[in-house]
Amino acid sequence: MSDFYETGPSKPVTESIRVDKVSPRSRRIHSLRAIVVIALAIFLLIPIFIMAMTAFKTRSDVVSSPPKTVFEPTLEGFVFLFTERAIITPGRITKLQEAAESGDLGLFDRIALKSGQEITGPSDYVTRLKNSLIIAGVSTLLSVILGFFAAYAFSRFNVPGKDDLMFFILSTRMLPAVVVTIPLFLMYRQLGLHDTHIGMILLYTVFNLSLAVWLLKGFIDEIPTEYEEAALVDGYTRMQAIRKIVLPQAMTGIAATAVFCLIFAWNEYAFALMLTSNTARTAPPSIATMLGRGGIEWSAIAAGSLGFLIPVVIVVFLLRDYLLRGVTFGAVRK
Amino acid sequence: MSSVELKNISKSFRYVQALEDVSFMVRDREFFVLLGPTGAGKTTTLRIIAALLKQDSGTVLFDDEVVDAMTPADRDVAFVFQQYSLYPTMSVYDNLAFPLRSPLRKTPEDEIKAKVTHVAEILRISHLLDRKTARLSGGEMQRVSIGRAIVREPRIFLMDEPLSNLDAKLRESLRVELQHMQKTQGNTTLFVTHDQIEALTMADRIGVLNEGHLVQVGTPEDIYDRPATTFVAQLVGTPRINLVPGGRDNGTFFIKDSLMHLPAPEGRSLPDNVLVGIRPEDIFIDPAGQFSGTILLTEPLGVETIVHIKSGEQMLLSLAPGITQLRRGVDVTFNILLDRLHYFDQTGKRLA
Repeated sequence: MSDFYETGPSKPVTESIRVDKVSPRSRRIHSLRAIVVIALAIFLLIPIFIMAMTAFKTRSDVVSSPPKTVFEPTLEGFVFLFTERAIITPGRITKLQEAAESGDLGLFDRIALKSGQEITGPSDYVTRLKNSLIIAGVSTLLSVILGFFAAYAFSRFNVPGKDDLMFFILSTRMLPAVVVTIPLFLMYRQLGLHDTHIGMILLYTVFNLSLAVWLLKGFIDEIPTEYEEAALVDGYTRMQAIRKIVLPQAMTGIAATAVFCLIFAWNEYAFALMLTSNTARTAPPSIATMLGRGGIEWSAIAAGSLGFLIPVVIVVFLLRDYLLRGVTFGAVRK
Repeated sequence: MSSVELKNISKSFRYVQALEDVSFMVRDREFFVLLGPTGAGKTTTLRIIAALLKQDSGTVLFDDEVVDAMTPADRDVAFVFQQYSLYPTMSVYDNLAFPLRSPLRKTPEDEIKAKVTHVAEILRISHLLDRKTARLSGGEMQRVSIGRAIVREPRIFLMDEPLSNLDAKLRESLRVELQHMQKTQGNTTLFVTHDQIEALTMADRIGVLNEGHLVQVGTPEDIYDRPATTFVAQLVGTPRINLVPGGRDNGTFFIKDSLMHLPAPEGRSLPDNVLVGIRPEDIFIDPAGQFSGTILLTEPLGVETIVHIKSGEQMLLSLAPGITQLRRGVDVTFNILLDRLHYFDQTGKRLA
């Protein structure tokens, strides 16, 4: 190359040496990087893949060794997960067999006859999943709303003792959850918040609020104040300016914060185990307790975990545009 | 349109006194320019008028009515920001319509449409109405930003260095447009800038601000020909005014460290030590000139050439018309328009 600069081309230049074209080297690096990313993604998805397969296996397929990769899929796990079943009494079996011979046997009766068990109603897991949805959903909503206004105030106004307050908010997260569960348990029992939806929503909201305030403050700081000032001058109140100007621009940050809060509240195990017993019990501890009831129902556990993943996947999928979009795409020149 | 008056406005931030006892009045339909270097308190003044900031003391009056307690929305001013501040999630049309859609005004949508279209025509941005603001050039953004201000009839236009982020050509053309618009529509305008050319070319009156103090208020002629302090004298005019120490010696008057002896100014008594201000255009090279010096440097600008002349130890800037044949190192003689000299005392105040 150095010869080229000193003496010029020694023969006619037939190919372009423009630097804005991607060099073969960087293209190789690029494709190498893509391969690494894909390999990593596959590697990380293996447990989820195994879980998904397990969820559709029969009880015998689950425990077979070596593990089966080709098997006949069944919804047995899901049935076990979502229903409460009872073993059919011998009297009922004979009744069903008679019906089978005469040919008028419904679908459920046929299954009941085959498995020797009959569905008696929905399982606890359904209520637990509903609890999870309510508690995680409401607490996420509250965290994001309260966090947004707190972050806005910290970002825009001269709050006295601002730095100390921000530190205090963060410090609520400095103790590990395990340390505070016992005092919380005692407090909740005294206050009558034990095993209530309100109690769990309150707890998760408080826990997530510190994260939400810090995250959202960062995002709101990025939005130049001039936009709101322009709106104020244009004849809008502060609240109207927030709704029309700040909120649309903060959506990226709000979406990211909401996902973080949701994942925390959705996954939380330790508090839920200690502070709930029945009415407000969420899904994570109840999946774990399935391990101990009449043998390990691996396919039911896998089905439960899979179902448990889905709401988070849906939320992230819905918010993907906001999560991916760059933070500043505005018309402010710096 | 309204007149706006500031009475004894002071404002300090935690470590700095941004404004101290500033009083001035922008008359109805006047183009008033606040001129000053960065950090002089110009933007603070504008923000106080718009109620985006609260003054520590003093009063703001619109049409002789105190507006201190009013919110930005109620004061009904239009603000053009240096950074344009177009709402990034909206199209150009929505940006222009935004002030009209305010709950305060409740303009019907067809009236909004008529107004926006009209403004877009004035500013020649009709073809951009559907565009997102992020996809505009700097000049287009500033036009939209000005359009957002003129789409309604505010009591006063506040413009915070609206041209300073544009390139030189665009700045010049938008400057002319702004001036034309202000004159034809008779808008009361308070324009803030650090660019003395913008101030001199556009203003009906100029207020010079330095470190929170209002130094001088006057017409461009006042500011240029009768600067109140050396600060004002140096702020306006390019090339910069020559400011040299002068002294008296037996009835004659001389410029220190130079070969220049001037006749004592007639009809006025000066202290022993003064600062003399000489505008470069008042020094001209003349073969029969009274004073002599050596050319240090020439800067041809086309229309004129800045000639740096060294006389004794003093450096003087002179303006020669066109492109001169003078070369550095050449000895020249020159003359000074003596009746156009400015005298300042040691503290920088003008001696009457």
